[in-house]
Amino acid sequence: MDFTFSPEHNALRRMIREFVENEVAPLAADLDKKHLVPRETMRKLGQLGLLGVCFPQKYGGAGAGETGYCILMEELGRVCTSTATNVGAHIGIGAMAIYLDGTEEQKRKYLTPLSRGEKIAAFGLTESNAGSDAANIRTRAVREGDSWILDGGKVYITNGGYADIVTVLALSDPALGVRGGVTAFIVETTWDGFKVAREEDKMGIRGTSTAELVFEELRVPHENVLGKVGEGFVSFMKTLDMGRLTLGAAGLGGAEAALDAAVYWAKTRKQFGVELAHKQSVQWMIANLATHIEALRSLVYRVAWMVDTGQPFTQLAAMVKMYGSEVGSMAIDLAMQIHGGLGYSRDFPIERAFRDARIAEIFEGTNEIQRIVIASNIFRELGVRVRP
Amino acid sequence: MDFTLNEEQRMFRNMFRDFAAKEIAPRAEAMDHEETMPPDLLQKAANQGFLGATLPEDYFGAALDGVSYALLLEALGAASMSVAVSLATHVSLVAMSILEFGSDGQKEEWLPPMAAGEVVGGFALTEPDAGSDAASLQTRAVREGDEVVLDGVKAWVGNGGIAGLFLVFAREPEGISAFLVPKDSPGLTVGYREPTLGLRSVSFHTVYLEGCRVPAANRLGAPGSGWEIAQRAQDRFAIALAAAGVGVSADSVDVAAKFATERIQFDVPIGQKQAIQSYIAQSFIETEALRYAVYHAAWLTDQGDFSAEAPVVKALAARVARFVTNKMLQVLGGYGFMEDYPMARKYRDARALGIIGGPTELHDVRVAQRIFAAYDLPVAP
Repeated sequence: MDFTFSPEHNALRRMIREFVENEVAPLAADLDKKHLVPRETMRKLGQLGLLGVCFPQKYGGAGAGETGYCILMEELGRVCTSTATNVGAHIGIGAMAIYLDGTEEQKRKYLTPLSRGEKIAAFGLTESNAGSDAANIRTRAVREGDSWILDGGKVYITNGGYADIVTVLALSDPALGVRGGVTAFIVETTWDGFKVAREEDKMGIRGTSTAELVFEELRVPHENVLGKVGEGFVSFMKTLDMGRLTLGAAGLGGAEAALDAAVYWAKTRKQFGVELAHKQSVQWMIANLATHIEALRSLVYRVAWMVDTGQPFTQLAAMVKMYGSEVGSMAIDLAMQIHGGLGYSRDFPIERAFRDARIAEIFEGTNEIQRIVIASNIFRELGVRVRP
Repeated sequence: MDFTLNEEQRMFRNMFRDFAAKEIAPRAEAMDHEETMPPDLLQKAANQGFLGATLPEDYFGAALDGVSYALLLEALGAASMSVAVSLATHVSLVAMSILEFGSDGQKEEWLPPMAAGEVVGGFALTEPDAGSDAASLQTRAVREGDEVVLDGVKAWVGNGGIAGLFLVFAREPEGISAFLVPKDSPGLTVGYREPTLGLRSVSFHTVYLEGCRVPAANRLGAPGSGWEIAQRAQDRFAIALAAAGVGVSADSVDVAAKFATERIQFDVPIGQKQAIQSYIAQSFIETEALRYAVYHAAWLTDQGDFSAEAPVVKALAARVARFVTNKMLQVLGGYGFMEDYPMARKYRDARALGIIGGPTELHDVRVAQRIFAAYDLPVAP
């Protein structure tokens, strides 16, 4: 066993941390207040190769594996959940689907500019009646010669409002449904028939675009079918597995920052003549949280190592997403409680982080879905089929 | 024991719910986004007698009993926590302090216009460096002839932006005293408004007192009795906040149950999934437990001493409302995170209950003090 990071990963973390402190942290409050996406930050991250952190260098990536990707998300999660979410949607699900299932030609054409931040990706899965029940999609794809015609729409698509490339899941054979009748497509957002219909007004991660997309007779060339016709559902579920883990890493970063803030304030703020740090109720809260964070950190990087060494990780990725989001929420709630009124004020970053943290228990598979994934993996070996 | 509401209380409850549903709920979202407390809404509440809810009829109050007042806050809290907290600040913190500790002259001067909604009460206890700790209070009151000169800074003054009268706590040689300070007093400035996570229609302001002069007759109670007044006010407020917590929790359960009935995933309404049923059932159970604890504490406000129950129900309400709004938001999934559905607002609002009116940890200490007093074991905060 070896629980240390490689020198390369340590160097990567130092580089990312410096970037995050100089380029991401100063913008975080404004992104939230003005409801802006960090397009310029994405461009700079791309120039550093960080938007392809886990992809091979021949596709413009940094070749730092899932471990490197988790380091990136942890460091971003420390200061700006919105930026982390832009990056996560771009790399972890948008570009990831192309990396996992794209042809060599598709990777050269699409993955390389995505890694370099020249183009932005989004992942088009969710529909209004297909949230947790992702198999219930209705967007139609009809073959017409060398093209497919897409009609329908997607909701709650992260990066949807400014993406250049969206991977879209559509029903290509309604008779077969998810078992062979669903196909994934690479869609360029400049094509006729692609429309951003609406931007959501969210409680948190307000520095992200969450958009409703509409497709009207959207013509996609057959060469943009991602993976095999009819196998899109399996492909998208595989992609989500990869994304889940790194959301846990972002939650880890958010929790660490919250703990740091809580500890700092506990040793600064005096009540009844002493610092809060002398109060046992405060000490206990901090001790509990610090323990959860240690457990989460070990889990995140163990699962990253499993991905990088080619071991099965589906069940553990679900655990990381679930636990990471719940530790993240617990941490920021504690930080708010220790800050009292200051924590409740929008003048301080605690309040923003509190609103931001809550979505992680919901998106990319609600934590209820993660529990189903975990339970079904446990019971499968016993011959019990767990249904949602 | 009798756990039923009497006929009058039932009638009031229906009236409160009607008012909340007709006058508040349709505009609660907009009020939150605009961070306003519309004057016409306050006037309508005053016309119903709500702004003098527990004041006697002699002062044009509605003379509600304690339980009926809790029912009012529950109904308001279900529609808008902001309205409930603003009203509780006006009634429980300010008007009731004047009724209990004021001279006949003070009561006659201030209570009728407060009941009529002509004067809104603001509560100025907290300071930048004194939250829950009386010993740290810095604001000073110096006597000069028939006047008192106040100097200091008050933070997080509830209703700061709409108040015509502030109940201000300041240090005198005898200890902390309470003063009735009209908004137009020379030397009083309403300053910065705190931007808050929730309760966005309640205006919390910094209030500056710089050589602020009020007649010595504006002291409420005897010199040095201010801390007792503040404690009593905060205990009343704690029970009122807890009642609002019942409302926001109960309404969140209703919203989530309705959503879970309509939302189809995996071919069935998600309300047929055991995990969702469990979230909703647990939330309902906690809300019911809170509801009857609050009614009990509210009933005690008519019996005299309610200081033991106030921290109990406030701490319970903070935990229940936080748990319930969090779980019910989860039932709504992505919809719960969107600001055009009411759940996100309820979630942001409910978080305040663990902070305003004293943090939950301090309520725990007060409860522990009472428990260990039976064993003569002192408990420091």
